[in-house]
Amino acid sequence: MLMAAAVLSLFCLAGLAPWLWRATGRYCAWLLALWPAFLGCLFLSLGGAAPPGESAAIAYPWVPSLGLQFSFYLDGLSQLFSLLITGIGALVLLYGGAYLHGDDRLGRFYFWLLFFMGSMLGTVLADNLFLLFVFWELTSVSSYFLIGFDHHRDGARASALQALLVTGAGGLAMLAGFVLLGNAAETLELSGLLGSGERIKQHELYGPILILILAGAFTKSAQFPFHFWLPNAMAAPAPVSAYLHSATMVKAGVYLLARLSPVLAGTDAWLYSVTGAGALTMAITAGLALQQTDLKRILAYSTSSALGILVMLLGLGSAPAITAAVTFLFAHALYKGALFLVAGAVDHETGTRAIDELGGLRQKMPFTAAAAFIAAASMAGVLPLFGFIAKEAFFASLFYAEFAAGLLTTLAVVSSMAFVALALSAGVLPFFGKPVATPKAPHEAAPAMWTGPLVLAGIGLVAGLFPQASAQPWIEPAAAAVLGRPAPLELALWHGWNPVLLLSILTTLGGLGLFALRARVRLFLGRLETSARFGPERSYGVLLNGLNALARRQTALLQSGYLRLYLLVVIVITTIGAAVPILTLGELKISLDVWDFRFYELGLAVLIVLAAVAATFSTSRLGAIAALGVVGYGIALLYILFGAPDLAITQFLIETLMVILFVLVFYYLPRFAVLSTPRVRLRDGLIAAAAGALMTLLVMAVNSIQLHPSIAGYFAENSVPLAHGRNIVNVIIVDFRALDTLGEITVLGIAGIGVFALVKLRRSKEDSL
Amino acid sequence: MTSIILQTATRLIFTLLLLFAIFLLLRGHHEPGGGFIAGLVASSAFVLYAIAYDVGRARSALGIEPRALIGCGLLVAGFSGVLPMLMQKPFLTGLWGSWAAFGSAPIAAGTPLVFDLGVCLTVVGVILTIILALAEE
Repeated sequence: MLMAAAVLSLFCLAGLAPWLWRATGRYCAWLLALWPAFLGCLFLSLGGAAPPGESAAIAYPWVPSLGLQFSFYLDGLSQLFSLLITGIGALVLLYGGAYLHGDDRLGRFYFWLLFFMGSMLGTVLADNLFLLFVFWELTSVSSYFLIGFDHHRDGARASALQALLVTGAGGLAMLAGFVLLGNAAETLELSGLLGSGERIKQHELYGPILILILAGAFTKSAQFPFHFWLPNAMAAPAPVSAYLHSATMVKAGVYLLARLSPVLAGTDAWLYSVTGAGALTMAITAGLALQQTDLKRILAYSTSSALGILVMLLGLGSAPAITAAVTFLFAHALYKGALFLVAGAVDHETGTRAIDELGGLRQKMPFTAAAAFIAAASMAGVLPLFGFIAKEAFFASLFYAEFAAGLLTTLAVVSSMAFVALALSAGVLPFFGKPVATPKAPHEAAPAMWTGPLVLAGIGLVAGLFPQASAQPWIEPAAAAVLGRPAPLELALWHGWNPVLLLSILTTLGGLGLFALRARVRLFLGRLETSARFGPERSYGVLLNGLNALARRQTALLQSGYLRLYLLVVIVITTIGAAVPILTLGELKISLDVWDFRFYELGLAVLIVLAAVAATFSTSRLGAIAALGVVGYGIALLYILFGAPDLAITQFLIETLMVILFVLVFYYLPRFAVLSTPRVRLRDGLIAAAAGALMTLLVMAVNSIQLHPSIAGYFAENSVPLAHGRNIVNVIIVDFRALDTLGEITVLGIAGIGVFALVKLRRSKEDSL
Repeated sequence: MTSIILQTATRLIFTLLLLFAIFLLLRGHHEPGGGFIAGLVASSAFVLYAIAYDVGRARSALGIEPRALIGCGLLVAGFSGVLPMLMQKPFLTGLWGSWAAFGSAPIAAGTPLVFDLGVCLTVVGVILTIILALAEE
C-alpha cells in the first residue's frame, strides 16, 4: 500500500507541478522537493524493519489475463535504491529550480523530473516483471524528453533520440527475456522468481533469457559497446545529468542485474559475459574519459566506467564482490551526483565547462568549491571518505577473487588511477590555481545550487567517518538481497596494512602522475583512437541511416500517391489472400437453384448488373455517377427484400450523401478523358472480374460454410435477456461488439480529420502561391 | 443560386429531419435505426441547409465546429465504456436501469444508448467536417 501510494503520488505531483509552478513561482522548487524528501524519510524509517528475506508485497490486478498486476516488493536492494532516488531527487529538484531560474520551461522541467522520479521508483519497487518493464520504459521516455529539453537545438534532439533508441531497443529485448523467464519460472512475480534460481539455470531457455536480459541491462547502464549514448546525453541540463545519467536511471541496468542475480547468476555464461562486459567498459571508458576536456563529458565517461565496475562485480557474484558492488554504488551515487551538480553550477556561473578555461574559482565560489573538493576526494578514494572504503572493498574483492584475479586487479588499478586523475580534473582543477577570465564573471551560485552538492558530499564524508552507523544499515540488507543469503559486513575505514592498501597507495600515486601528464596522455590516447576508428557510435549512425534509407525506399515503392494503384493493390491482395485458402482448403458447396427467385428479385438483379456495366463503359462522368447510384439503390432494395432494414436505410443515406459529395467535387475534376492504354484496361478488367467472381462465389457458398455456428445463435438468444434490445443488428453494434464499434468510429474520426486536412492544406498552399 | 421554394421547404424539413434522427436514435435498440443511421440523417439535414442557404448559415445552425463534434462523440462513447469500470465491471459493459417518468410505464435506458449517442455525434462530425470543408472550396 505504502509503496503503491509513494509511486502514484509522484506521478500525481508531476501532473500538478506546472500548475503549482505558475501559482507559487520561485518557491515552487522548495515545495516540490518536500514530498520526495518526505518519501525518503519514510523509506529511512522503514530502515531496519525490512531485514533480508522478509518483504512487504502487495498486488492489485491490472490485466490479469496477461499476468500483469500492480504488485510491489520491498527488500534491502529496492530500499537502498528508493533512498537514493527520493533523497537525491529532492536535492536535484531544489537545484533545478535555481539552475533554470527565470526559464519559462521550468514547469515542464518539474513535470518530467517528477515523472521520472515516479517511474524510477516504480522500477525498483515493482514485483511484477511486466510492471517493472513498463516503469523501465517510462524512465527511458522521461529521459528522452529531458535530454531533448533544449529541443530547438539539433544536437539535443539527436542525442535524445539516440538515447531513446538504444535504451528502447534494449528494453524490447529485455521484455522478450522477461516473457521467456516468466514461462520458464511459471511466475511473473520477482518475489516468486527469486526462489526458483536453480530451475531457471537448468532450463533449456536459460541462454536466450540471459542474452536478452543482459541486452536490456547493458544498454540502459551504458556498457560497452552501447556506452556512446551516455556522453551524448549530456545535452540535458546539469541537474538531469546528475540525477538521471549518473545517480539513478543509468543504474537501472545495474539494479536489474543485481535483482536477478539470485535467479541468473552463478553460471559460466553469466560470469564471462557480465564480468567481461563490465571490465571492458571500465577500462575503455576510463581511457575515453581521460581524453575529454568538457567537465560534463569527463564525468559522463567516468560514470560509464563506474557502471562497468558495478557490472563486473555483479558478474563475479562472490559475497565480497557483491558487498563491494553495493558499497561502491552508494559511494558513486553520492560523489558523482555532487560533481555533476558542481559542474552545472560552474557552467551556470562562468558560462563555460572546458577545464582549460577555468581556474581559481575557489575564492569566488567557496561553498561550491568545498562540495567539489570533498566529492572529488571521495571519487579519488582518499582516506577518510566513503569513496575510500568503497575502493578498498572493490580492490579486495578482485584481489582475492577466484576468477582472473590478476588481470581484473590490474585493470581495476589502472582504471582507478584514471579516476584519481579525473577527480582532480573535474573537482579540483577549476577551483585552484590562478583565476582565469571566463565568459561570465563568476560569483557564488544561489544557495539552492550549492546545498545539494554540499549535502551529497557531506554524506560521503560522514559515511566515511562513521560507516558502521551511517552506511552499513542500508548496504548490508541490499547485499543480502542480491546474494540471496545474509551477508555479514564490517565496513571500516582502516583495515591495517595489507596488500590492498598498497594497491590503494599505488593507485593514488599513479593517478597523480596521470594528472600531471594529462596533456600528453590526452594526446597519446587521441592518437590511439584515430588509429582505430571502429567506434560503436559510428555503427549506430550507419544503422540509423540505413534504416531511414530503407524506409524512404519502401515508402516510395508502396506509397505511389495514385488512388488507382492503392485500390489495385488492396483488391489484388484481398482476392489472392481470400481465394488461395478457400480454393485449396475448403470444399465449396454451391447450392444455387435458379428458379428459386421471385421475378422482381431477378429484375432488380438484372437492373443492378446493367447499371454496373453502364457505369464502367460510360463516357460521361455524370452518367457514371447516375449508374453507380442505380447500383447502390438497387442493393439497398435487395436488403429490404431480404429483411435487413438497418442495412437498407444506411445504404440509402450513404448513396444520397455520396451524390452530394460528387456534386461538390465535380467542379474541380479535370475534363473526362481516357488516359489508360487498352492493355492497362484489360489488366484492370481481369482483376475486377476475378474479385467479382470471388465475391460471387463466396456469397453463393456462404450458406454451406459454417465457421462459427454458435455465435449467431448466441446473439439471437441473448439479445433481449442480456442486452435489453430486440434489434439484434443494433445490439451487436452498441453492446456485444461495442469495442469494435468504438474502434470503427475512432478510425472514422481520424479519416474525417485527414480529409479535412487534405482539403484545407491544399487551399493554404494555393493561398501562399 | 438561391431558390425560395427550396429554402421554405428546408425550414420545415430541417426540423423534421432532426426530429426523425432523434427518433431513429431512440428506437434503434428495438426497431431498425440506431446511432449510425441517426447520424447520417442528422448530417443530411445540415447538408440540406447548406445547399438551400449557404455553408456559413449551416455552420451557425450547427453551433459547434464539426471537428469538435468528432471529439465529443468519441468522448461520449468512451465515457459510456468507462462508466461501468467505476463499478468494477469490464470496459463497455452495458448498465441498465428503468425509470417511471410522468406516471408512464417504466422506461428502460442504459449505457448502450449513451454509446449510440457517441456514435451518432461522431458520424455527424465526420460527415459535416468533410462536406462543409469541400463545400467551402
